[in-house]
Amino acid sequence: MTIDLRHEPAPLARRPEFEIEPTEAVTVGNVERPLSVAERILNNELVQRVAILLALIAIWEVYARWLNNSLLFPTFTETIATFWRDLRNGELVDRTVTSLRTLVIGYAFGLVLAAVMTTFAVASGIGTRILSTLTAMFNPLPAIALLPLALIWFGLGTPSLVFVIVHSVLWAVALNTLSGFRSVPETLRMSGRNVGLKGARYVGLILIPAAFPSILAGLKIGWAFAWRTLVAAELVFGVSARSGGIGWYIFEARNDLDTATVFSGLLTVILIGLVVESVIFRFIEARTVNLWGMQR
Amino acid sequence: MTSALLEVDGVTLQYKTPRHLVTATYRVDFSVHQGDRYVILGPSGCGKSTLLKSVGGFMPPVEGSIRIRGREVAAPGPDRMMVFQEFEQLMPWKTVFQNVLFPMTVTRKFKRADAVERANAAIDKVKLSGFRDIYPHMLSGGMKMRVAIARAMALEPDILLMDEPFAALDALTRRTMQQELLSLWEQLRFTVLFVTHSIEEAIIVGSRILVLSPHPGRVRAELDAGDLGLSNIDRPEFGAMSKRIHNLLFGAEELRAAEPEEARA
Repeated sequence: MTIDLRHEPAPLARRPEFEIEPTEAVTVGNVERPLSVAERILNNELVQRVAILLALIAIWEVYARWLNNSLLFPTFTETIATFWRDLRNGELVDRTVTSLRTLVIGYAFGLVLAAVMTTFAVASGIGTRILSTLTAMFNPLPAIALLPLALIWFGLGTPSLVFVIVHSVLWAVALNTLSGFRSVPETLRMSGRNVGLKGARYVGLILIPAAFPSILAGLKIGWAFAWRTLVAAELVFGVSARSGGIGWYIFEARNDLDTATVFSGLLTVILIGLVVESVIFRFIEARTVNLWGMQR
Repeated sequence: MTSALLEVDGVTLQYKTPRHLVTATYRVDFSVHQGDRYVILGPSGCGKSTLLKSVGGFMPPVEGSIRIRGREVAAPGPDRMMVFQEFEQLMPWKTVFQNVLFPMTVTRKFKRADAVERANAAIDKVKLSGFRDIYPHMLSGGMKMRVAIARAMALEPDILLMDEPFAALDALTRRTMQQELLSLWEQLRFTVLFVTHSIEEAIIVGSRILVLSPHPGRVRAELDAGDLGLSNIDRPEFGAMSKRIHNLLFGAEELRAAEPEEARA
């Protein structure tokens, strides 16, 4: 359409009005239709994830066969065979249980400390500033850098490992939880206070659920940090513990130039990570933040 | 003549921004009686929302006093339920039913069985029975607002405080909500203190209208709009009231120049 400024504007195009009674919606036909089986399979997240994994495995296998050097890069089938052997003879299970036990202790300690610190932090402005200063100082500090110090303080063994894990979990979780608390909408806070909520009940009934997406993100990051720190720490001094964990399993295999076993150790670390992420955290997400529409 | 339910006496409100001390209202007096639909109307910056927050107990006055049934207002409490403009006031982690039930359980004002029954009745009243177990993120803006109103009313507060509750809704939903609020009031005869910046909404919703002047908010007039509502929106009396309020707010000389504010709505 052009607007011509030189001529007189055209008069409004008057035309008859009309009204229509709306037809019954039933006659419109299928408003919703169930998806076909193929569509549902392709949309399934699990199916998609498995397909990605299979593709990665295929690339691995093809590359390793082409390289043909099992000292540098064993094939997938070789790795799986070693993995299966050590799983059957119980070694891998022992090592994993040892690692996980330490990990869960450290993770739990870290979470409790983070909960206590953030609760104090939200109680007052000065508390918030103390916590944000502490996180700014300690969050960038690699947990593994504290290991020599931990060894002096707690000696060789589990307490030192727990100490470095707590350090790696605490700041990540505290930082996320605090930023979650601070981003709770003002109206939600006011409607909580409106019905007379105060103190711990206010934190528990309003702030924690409202900040849950951030808290969950903190839990995930904390978990990953803890796992990394543990494996790294075991690689450094796993020899001291009575029975070493998964990191020590990898370290031993490397000393023996048994690369397939190194890979099987790495595979175990990856598998545990996948299970925790896609089973445990997915389960929590589906029942909370996804259900509540706080996260897609 | 009934006695006043809410008395606001010479209330001055100030708040601090990082650079300034802002006086929101200056020595405002008014009183709300049982069953009033009391509207506070004013241009933006007249401190009307601040005034409402203060009645809610979220902000103590620097001068003057606020009394409800003779008691001084000191802190937020469930006797003054607030309904906000934003949709975020509902708890996303609770269903419609749980949201309505929540204030009744935390205040322990009702027994559990009574509370459940009252929550169901309130949800029925706002015509949301079909959405009882739905989470708020699946509701439209108007429905969320109805849940917020149901939640506030189920608790049977002394007074309902509504802070521009319909301002974030589209014009058509807004009209429907005004109608529903009025028909709920016909049934239940609650007392409501309602803040708006729309002259038309003030006349439709209000039975009394307090007009505030801006910067800082001072009382300009208190008008009776009890006979004016949706049914006579096209009548000359409605237009006259609208014009009168317009003059109070902007002065007569600007009337011709300014487009009537409500032409859009």
